[in-house]
Amino acid sequence: MAFDGAVFEAREINAWRGDRHILRDVSFSVRPGEFLKVTGPNGVGKTTLLRVICGLLPAETGELSWRGQSIRGRRDEFNFELGHLGHLNSLKGDLTARENLKFLAGLRTTLTAETIDSTLDRVGILSRGDLPARSLSAGQKRRLALARLLLADAALWILDEPVTNLDTAGIRLVEELIVDHVEQGGLAIAAAHQRLLDDAPCLRRLELEP
Amino acid sequence: MSAVRTPTLAAARLVFQRDMTLAWRRWDEVAQPLIFYVVVTTMFPLATTPDLSALREIGGGVVWVAALLASLLALESLFRADVEDGTTEQWVLSGQPLGYLLLAKVAAHWVLTGLPLVIMSPIVGTGLGLPTSVWGVLMFSLLLGTGTLSILGGIGAALTVGVRRGSVLLSLLVLPLAMPLLIFGSRAVTMQMDGDSPAGPLQLLAAIFFMALSLGPLAMSAAIRISVEN
Amino acid sequence: MSWTWFHKLASPPHAYRILGTIAPWFGWASLALILLATWWGLVKAPADYQQGDGFRILYVHAPSAWMSMFTYVVMAVAAGVGLIWRIKLAHAAAAACAPIGASFTFLALATGSIWGKPMWGTWWVWDARLTSELLLLFLYLGYMALRASFDDPQRADRASAVLALVGVINVPIIHYSVEWWSTLHQPASVTKFDKPSIDLAMLIPLFIMIVGFQLYFGWAVSRRLRGEILRRERNANWLKEAA
Repeated sequence: MAFDGAVFEAREINAWRGDRHILRDVSFSVRPGEFLKVTGPNGVGKTTLLRVICGLLPAETGELSWRGQSIRGRRDEFNFELGHLGHLNSLKGDLTARENLKFLAGLRTTLTAETIDSTLDRVGILSRGDLPARSLSAGQKRRLALARLLLADAALWILDEPVTNLDTAGIRLVEELIVDHVEQGGLAIAAAHQRLLDDAPCLRRLELEP
Repeated sequence: MSAVRTPTLAAARLVFQRDMTLAWRRWDEVAQPLIFYVVVTTMFPLATTPDLSALREIGGGVVWVAALLASLLALESLFRADVEDGTTEQWVLSGQPLGYLLLAKVAAHWVLTGLPLVIMSPIVGTGLGLPTSVWGVLMFSLLLGTGTLSILGGIGAALTVGVRRGSVLLSLLVLPLAMPLLIFGSRAVTMQMDGDSPAGPLQLLAAIFFMALSLGPLAMSAAIRISVEN
Repeated sequence: MSWTWFHKLASPPHAYRILGTIAPWFGWASLALILLATWWGLVKAPADYQQGDGFRILYVHAPSAWMSMFTYVVMAVAAGVGLIWRIKLAHAAAAACAPIGASFTFLALATGSIWGKPMWGTWWVWDARLTSELLLLFLYLGYMALRASFDDPQRADRASAVLALVGVINVPIIHYSVEWWSTLHQPASVTKFDKPSIDLAMLIPLFIMIVGFQLYFGWAVSRRLRGEILRRERNANWLKEAA
């Protein structure tokens, strides 16, 4: 998996939340093999920034570009290369872990039973595959959401507080997954206020200031 | 791992299949609109007269009003769970045309709530004195009408998913838009009963249905994008 | 082609200033025309040979009914412009239109119903025009209710814009279906509102009144839009400087 020339760039993003001017001229770029950690105190706009990147929130001004081209008017193409893990796990409690993956990750890429199983194994919940998501623990639900992210096979990962609800082993798993992803030439942007890959060579920081 | 992009049609089928699976596990929720439909139509003979020949005069209209209200009732929560648990967010980001995914969801919803109303309508209509000769027109007009209403209601539900007291608001938004359906649908039934050809109103219903089918996904996807912004 | 003039015009401070300048012109002109038409319609124009003086309420009813439709279309166009080109001023204009349109609709319903009393002996008949107006009032109320139910003004703008566009596609369908329904249930003679053989002496004041109403709409929209701009831009620098 190679993502040559897959540079993501944001230029002078400005966004409001109601009356509050949250993002002021935020600019950065991420290259293949890089993990950008967005930090800053609560309420500084980390989630807002990630949602603007995903197009879930409109930016007032500013330009996002992917592979050297503006993504304006090419959202669907860009979205296909974008994997998003938000605050919400996007799971259906009444569906089993496998069904959750089939019905949500399956919208993006065609899945086989083997890929689903190997991914569940990777995030350590293969034995829970046929349980309804409702009966999983908070940490296991997060792992299931991570499995969905992996199956998306996206070049650019957008992770909002990815280690929420995870134990030490879970945090290590997220770190491994991110490192693997960027080592294969992928890009990752995460908002986190815990320690996350703080000493890794691929890490770059973006500090948002109030 | 090499990713094969899911074709849009397959993606829409997955959404449809998912809602069917979910409904199968929560069948009681699916049955509620149908029960509501029967209960409402029972109220009319009790409130007016048990005389079937008198009821026949308003029977077509009553069946139509009850069917519209019942399917609207069911539409209120159409997108709520998916927006709250973040599923729609992932649909928006799936790289698939959002309108088709939402249309597939509405189609599943119609099969689960609209279609049972259509199938039940001859029984309900008989209770209101409608002769068997109008069954066909009644069912066909309701088939088109509930289909259109599902799309209109889908737009309304997508707009009101994040707001307070969404259910009353949804009715306020959608019912005025549904008036033409009511006019043409109930009139088609009456015309058939009076021995006139109901082709005119049925064609108009069909035209409105196809218009909703072509423009509805556009409006629904715009509305859902607004609703996931928070 | 350069669009800078357009963006300049659509910028809040600029729009605020221009609206402030033109609003009084609209206001005085509409007042003059409405007074003229009122005098003409009530005093100068002859009484109807069938309806006597009762028909004179037409000078309020018909322009209100026309303006109620006109305003909805203006609102939907503004909403569409706001949605597609992301122009906040257009959203503000749509927001400003809704209560004005609802008032026109209400006025058309009220005058129609008052007219109905001497004409048909009841305060309400299911006449095609009145029924259409009633449904239009529902559309306006729905639009305003949806707008009011959002806390975030930008989401309110865009959600209500989608509704206005869906509504404006539906308005002709509703109108046609109600006409059709009405002809099936009632003899055509009842629809006396749009009588083709109206006397020219009655027609002139009617046209003056319609123009007067249009100008009144211009005045009311300008005023409301200025209010909307103030409300939306309350934290902007240009307002603080101006104050």
